[in-house]
Parts: sequence; structure tokens; C-alpha cells
Amino acid sequence: MVAQERVRTEAERRAFRVLELVKDPEVPVLSIVELGVVRDVKTGPAESVVTVTITPTYSGCPAMHVIEEEIVATLRRAGFAEVRIETVYAPAWTTDWIGERAREKLRGFGIAPPGSSADHLVQIAGRNAGLPSSQLPDLPTCPHCGSGDTVLISEFGATACKSLHSCRSCGQPFERFKTF
Amino acid sequence: MTDPALFGYLLRLGDDRLVLGHRLSEWCGHGPILEEDIAMTNLALDLIGHATMFLSLAGEVEGAGQDADALAYWRDEHAFRNLELCELPNGDFAFTMMRQFLFDAWSVPLLEALTRSAEPRLAAIAAKALKETRYHLRHSSEWICRLGDGTEESHRRAQEALDELWPWTGGLEYQDETDRALQARGIAPNPAELLSSWRGLTREVLTRATLLVPDGPMRMTGGRFGRHTEHLGHMLAEMQIVARSHPGAEW
Repeated sequence: MVAQERVRTEAERRAFRVLELVKDPEVPVLSIVELGVVRDVKTGPAESVVTVTITPTYSGCPAMHVIEEEIVATLRRAGFAEVRIETVYAPAWTTDWIGERAREKLRGFGIAPPGSSADHLVQIAGRNAGLPSSQLPDLPTCPHCGSGDTVLISEFGATACKSLHSCRSCGQPFERFKTF
Repeated sequence: MTDPALFGYLLRLGDDRLVLGHRLSEWCGHGPILEEDIAMTNLALDLIGHATMFLSLAGEVEGAGQDADALAYWRDEHAFRNLELCELPNGDFAFTMMRQFLFDAWSVPLLEALTRSAEPRLAAIAAKALKETRYHLRHSSEWICRLGDGTEESHRRAQEALDELWPWTGGLEYQDETDRALQARGIAPNPAELLSSWRGLTREVLTRATLLVPDGPMRMTGGRFGRHTEHLGHMLAEMQIVARSHPGAEW
């Protein structure tokens, strides 16, 4: 999803399509456009000069450097002579920007998609008050069997964006894209 | 430099997170269980990410061409503005988690207040960092409850950690002309006003963890003006050695 909707030039629309080719190196089924990392694309003054505005997912995510390099290389290959990258922090990235189709792709890849960030704030408040997470919103469903009977193993998984869970119905462990 | 107060304040915010993040990274490969090893390195990454944002902005405000790396690797101990709380050696797991909890419980209300800062670049970074810091606070709070209200030994270790760390929380409420100048401009909150949130939050979790909140003074404040414990120099020697041995190296 993209922040500012405005009338785009043909070159800008083309640059956007090209950016669909840049995948998240940690979750290669999702493009950086689907993730909401790309906030805007502008060309100018010449049509071959493109400025891509991005926002980081997690503040310390090491994949952001790789993503920046990929953006430059991919747009260059597509004929843009000069690629500039601008990083913005506001509005802060949220998993609410990941659309339904992208969530379906995540499930197909074996990763449970994130919930809503509003539910997540309720969960944080509840757990800070000592309630068990099973009684609170923002629980994942198992991407393998669809069961909602899951337990959290660890909030911090192999990458900053994922947590580790286990399904009590089918017995499989799984990762979840954290609600953020 | 046009705004030395803002520069100094950003160094404090950045250095707290850089130093604590580096300390957490020392746990990599040494965590008590695999999941916790991964969790602590995740926290470290987030904190170093926050430090990068604050220090980059500090470099911009300073206007002398220093980026976040230059500020992290080329300043000496006395130029660091972090709380001593953040630089203390890791100790055991209970000590590390207690230090983390005391810091997170401060960081959340501080970042919440900074999202309303009159300096929009600072407000944006705070809003970004706040989301991750909420995760950190929940993680450290849950560990404090588990350790405090756990076995006899985990309770003892958690209480010892709390007693040892308590005096170092004095730096939280420290303020000087830098803070007061920024408060007058609506850029930074008054730490005295945040302290009641911190006290409430820590008291609630520590009580649930069956731990006794120390009533001794919170007195250590030297880090904010560059007077550190003997531990910071050793930590920086390790953190800065590669950058200083190979200036300008890229990989």
C-alpha cells in the first residue's frame, strides 16, 4: 500500500512495476511494495532520474541495506539512469499496510500473517496487566491447519519481523509475521 | 553549530541505546536458552537501530559532517552521554533483564512524550522507536515476573540485581540547562514528570514479581555529563577497535 495517492507519470508507474520485482530478502514471497516499504516514487527533473522514498520496517533490520542496494540495481537495469533513495520515518511503518493478497501469500509460504495493530495494543496492555495472552486479542491461527489453538514460543524469531509459535492441534511449529 | 542543546540531547538518547544495545549483543551465543539468545540479539538490533536514527539526526544538527558511525566509533568515553545504568557489565541473566526492565520502563513514557516534540524529526524517530520499545518492555516485564516469582534462586538473583541496580537509576531524573532549554521550546519533556510513570510501572511489575522495591536513593548521574564508570572505556575499546584500526573501511 502506498501513502500518497496522486497522479503519476508514465515513468513513475513503470518504476513502481519494476519495484514489484524487489523482494524482501527475509520473506521472498513479498515485494517491498506489498510490504509498504515503498512510500513514494517520483521522477524528475529528467524522466530517467527517479527518487524512491522508503520507510524501514524494523529500526535495526539489517535487510534494509540489502533492499536499498536492490532498489538501485533493479531500477538501473530497467533503464533509469539515476536512482536516489530517501528514507522517511513518519508515518511509522505498520503491518496494517500489508494487503489481503500479500497475507494470503504469507500463509501459503507457511508464515502466519499479522493481526491488526489496534488489537495488538489491547494485547500489550492486557499482558502488561498480567493477563495470559490466550485471553487477549491478536492471536495467530496456524498457517498449516488453520487452528486457532496455538501457543507462543518466543516473541523474537529468526528475524526481527517474526515470532515463533506452535500449533496444539496439528503439533507443527510455525512462524508469524509479528503485528506491528 | 546552531543548536548545541538539541545536539547534546540527541547524543543522550542515542548513546543510551547504543551502549545498552552493545551490552545486549555480548549475550549473542551465551543466552540461557536458544530463544532467549535470539530475543536478546533482537533487542540489541532494535536498540542499535534507534541509536543510528538519533545519532544520524545529531550529526545533521551538528552540521560538521559526522554521521552516526563517526559519532559511535570516534568519540572517546568522556564524550559519551549515556546513563551509567546502560554501561554496567551484563552480570548474570537476572541482572541483564533487570537492567533492561528498568530502562524499558523509562524509555516507553519518554518516547511517548517525545512523539509530541516540537522538533518533527525527533517526534518521527520517537514514534518509530516506541513501537519496538513496547515489545521490549513487555518482554523484560514478563521475565522479571518469571524470575522474581520463580524459584528460590531466581528470586534471590532478581532481588540482588534490583538492589545493585537501583542507585544507578538516579540518572533518569537528571536534568540540566540542556534539558531546560529544550523544554522551554517544547522539544523535550521534563524528566521529573516522566518519573511518576516510571515509578508506577516499575512498582506494579516488581510487586507482582514478589520483589521488594528498594527505598535507597537513586543517586548516580555522572553519565549525562561524561563521567562514567570504569566499565564504559573497556566496552568502547572492544566496540570501536575495528573501525579505528581500519579507518574508512567498507564491507
